[in-house]
Amino acid sequence: MSAPVLAVRGLAAAIGHQPVVEHVDLEVPAGSVTAILGRNGAGKTSTMKAVLGLITRTGGEVELAGERIDGFATHRIVQRGVGYVPEDREVFATLTVAENLRLAERDASPRRELVAELFPDIIARSAQRAGTLSGGQQQMVSLARALLNENRILLIDEPTKGLAPKLVTEVADALARAAEVVPILLVEQNLQVAKRLAQSVVVIAGGRTVHAGPAAEFFADETRVERLLGVHGEASA
Amino acid sequence: MSTVVLLLITGLGLGALYFLVASGLSLIYGLMGVLNFAHGSFLTLAAFLGWETARALGADSWGALAAALLVGAAAGALVAAGTELLLIRRLYERHIEQVLVTVGLALASVALFDGIWGTDPQFIRGPAWLAETTEILGARIPNNRFLLIAIAILVLLLIVLFLRFTRYGLIIRAGVENRSMVTALGIDVRRAFTVVFAIGGAAAGIGGVLASHYFGYVSPQLGGSLLIFAFIVTVIGGLGSLPGAAVASVVVAVLQQFANFYLGGTGDLVVVLLLAVVLLVRPRGLFGRAA
Amino acid sequence: MTAIRRLWAKPAVRWGLAGALVVFAAALPLLDLVVPGVLPGPTYTPGTLQILALSLIFAALALSYHVLFGVSGMLSFGHALYFAVGAYGLGIVLERTGLDLLPAVGLTLAGAILVAGVLGAISLRVSGISFAMVTLAFAQAGSVLIRRNPGVTGGEEGLGLATANVPDWLVGVADTRNLYWLALGVIVVVFLVVRWFERSRAGHVAAAVRENELRVRVLGLPPLRVKLLAFVIGSTLAAVAGMLFLLLQSGVTPRAVSADFTLTILVIVVLGGVGSRWGAVVGGIIYTILDQRLTALAGSEWVDALPAVLRIPLSEPLFILGTLFILVVLFLPGGIVGLAGRVGRRRATTGDARDRLEETT
Ligand SMILES: Nc1ncnc2c1ncn2[C@@H]1O[C@H](COP(=O)(O)OP(=O)(O)OP(=O)(O)O)[C@@H](O)[C@H]1O
Ligand SMILES: [Mg+2]
Repeated sequence: MSAPVLAVRGLAAAIGHQPVVEHVDLEVPAGSVTAILGRNGAGKTSTMKAVLGLITRTGGEVELAGERIDGFATHRIVQRGVGYVPEDREVFATLTVAENLRLAERDASPRRELVAELFPDIIARSAQRAGTLSGGQQQMVSLARALLNENRILLIDEPTKGLAPKLVTEVADALARAAEVVPILLVEQNLQVAKRLAQSVVVIAGGRTVHAGPAAEFFADETRVERLLGVHGEASA
Repeated sequence: MSTVVLLLITGLGLGALYFLVASGLSLIYGLMGVLNFAHGSFLTLAAFLGWETARALGADSWGALAAALLVGAAAGALVAAGTELLLIRRLYERHIEQVLVTVGLALASVALFDGIWGTDPQFIRGPAWLAETTEILGARIPNNRFLLIAIAILVLLLIVLFLRFTRYGLIIRAGVENRSMVTALGIDVRRAFTVVFAIGGAAAGIGGVLASHYFGYVSPQLGGSLLIFAFIVTVIGGLGSLPGAAVASVVVAVLQQFANFYLGGTGDLVVVLLLAVVLLVRPRGLFGRAA
Repeated sequence: MTAIRRLWAKPAVRWGLAGALVVFAAALPLLDLVVPGVLPGPTYTPGTLQILALSLIFAALALSYHVLFGVSGMLSFGHALYFAVGAYGLGIVLERTGLDLLPAVGLTLAGAILVAGVLGAISLRVSGISFAMVTLAFAQAGSVLIRRNPGVTGGEEGLGLATANVPDWLVGVADTRNLYWLALGVIVVVFLVVRWFERSRAGHVAAAVRENELRVRVLGLPPLRVKLLAFVIGSTLAAVAGMLFLLLQSGVTPRAVSADFTLTILVIVVLGGVGSRWGAVVGGIIYTILDQRLTALAGSEWVDALPAVLRIPLSEPLFILGTLFILVVLFLPGGIVGLAGRVGRRRATTGDARDRLEETT
């Protein structure tokens, strides 16, 4: 087995004095999608933010392609090839779509064609303010920002949250295409989407990794899915 | 009628001064969450250096005024950028301490100006035209008001163009909205911090030179007295909003002039009252975004 | 170090030490102590007692600000206003009514509570930096009112103390030691009030609000009312310090309500150590003495003889104090108490103090 793109060991993080991640272990193997699952408030978003240095790490190690990146400032981590699609999209509402994308371009030759192919809708709305887009369109802008650059890995937090079923499929299609070119660490509450995209899963509860393994095996054991993710997880599956 | 015109245009001139101070305050606050108490000192220093420059070149020529403005802008920009690099940056993301450092800098620098230039106002001279008046609708308007208004509009325009058409402008606009997301796109937002400090310092520097012509003197207290009203303007306009700062500058200054004339010198109080009313009705200010 | 800390943790030891300190302070006017370079003369002389009493007033004022900033995380830039309400309020009441000192003090206190309640309620509609600016603006309005109404306040000249209804033992240079003892009594009371507030239920809520407003809201407690309470208590204590100032200085000038004066209070609290009661006290005393010594230094022949690059900065006490303040903020987040301490309560340690500063944003 080749070395993982991203390896997280014993990660702990806090917001203010409040510990929000206690002990998370996870790995994202090259060329694959790893899904982080867990109930609301389990610490999935916080784990991603801690990896990116957006919240204070209080312990553990983070390795990107074999290089320790914990302790780096956020922009340095991102420049080393980490794309981030945050939970609530966080597009810049007062900037136009084109400006949102332009701001995200780091590479000398950004992959504008790929983005135009995946998200023709938003390219057609280049001059529109991102704040006036629909939720689904904003999600596409947010994904496009991450896909524009040649990244080693994408961290994508609940990309289908709050979207209509048809859009969920559309976003999942786009993610499947993206997964062909870049490994992804994905937080996903919609188990069907997770099942479709992920090769391995990590379950977090109370800020700790409580399970890690191949996706197929995990989803096969329904009682375990039920026990770890509860009714909520089942309902959206 | 002529009184109204005089008050209006004088108010606009004072508003231009407020804007030159408040624009930087608002940009800095918007991007960095720092309330810069040292902003008044940037202004005062620029006013003194501008005055020294003009004196050296023969105070009553237009060239000397232009040189004073240039020196003032450059001094403001340099000192402000230096403040950000040497003091503010060390306290990255620790907003209260950043404010405290600017408080210390304000106290120390005003004391230093006292020591260098003395506590008494230094009366200044400029091109003869500035001291003359022009008659508009029967009102005799001191000409320096026109210069103030024109330059403030020019500065506003330049800042808007900068924000709209440069990469740094883009980063600043995005950062005002969501600073951490800018870093999550791989951008070192701290460089933009230095840039806004420099822009704000330059505007305040220009404001300092112009303020010395508006009031007719320079003194170590010049910046501090304008700063308080600039703070009020920034809150009324909405922290972090450039258009808010522009509109509120004019509203506050004009109101102040009218209240001073018609309500027995109560301009300052009326302004504070306006602030209280705005906060009660709309705590985020005229143009501020919801928290 | 740990042994000292363990001792300090015992209430009896702490009370004993504090009691001894107060007794020692109370004995100073009867002693002939000379501290060269720090105090201008022996401790029994009126000049020295004047400075010591002033330092206690500043310590009380800093304690009152601690209630706002240190305990509740409210960064006010208008605290001087309430000091001025006390000083000017008492001055005006004594001058214009026939009231004796005590009723006059009561009336002034009532006025201070009213002003603090109304302005606090308005200011607290916003938080963080907006709050700072609004309080600054109100103080500015107070400053304008005082300067523009010379008929009532004495304007730029300031207001003198009308002594007709002040007991004789508080008037006159020879009675400075009575004023000193009064100041000592007041600071003990202020300290106990602040301590009581910090340990009360409201104080705990205020601290929780500082740490995390959201959490308190979830707990169903009214953070706004608690903040207002802290604001009113802090402001009223500031007014008490102001009244004492009027008595000690036999008058008050508009400087007491200037923005610079508020900044001075802030400097004192940060120098001493944010979040610590003893920090406020120590900061007040050290600041006053330092200010006094630096002013003396500025006027000294030694400084006069220096070349301009050194002479100008050294002859500006505020320049030195401002620079010192910047250095403390940059390198000594726990202030003097944080440095000398680690003996003190754990809360006053450096890292914590830095966090406390942070959480108030
Ligand atoms: N700003 C904050 N201050 C204090 N605690 C926080 C803060 N933000 C999040 N938390 C806490 O951290 C824990 C983890 O939150 P996080 O957002 O990482 O969960 P999540 O797994 O992403 O949940 P969800 O499925 O709802 O997105 C939660 O208990 C939450 O209450
Ligand atoms: Mg989440």
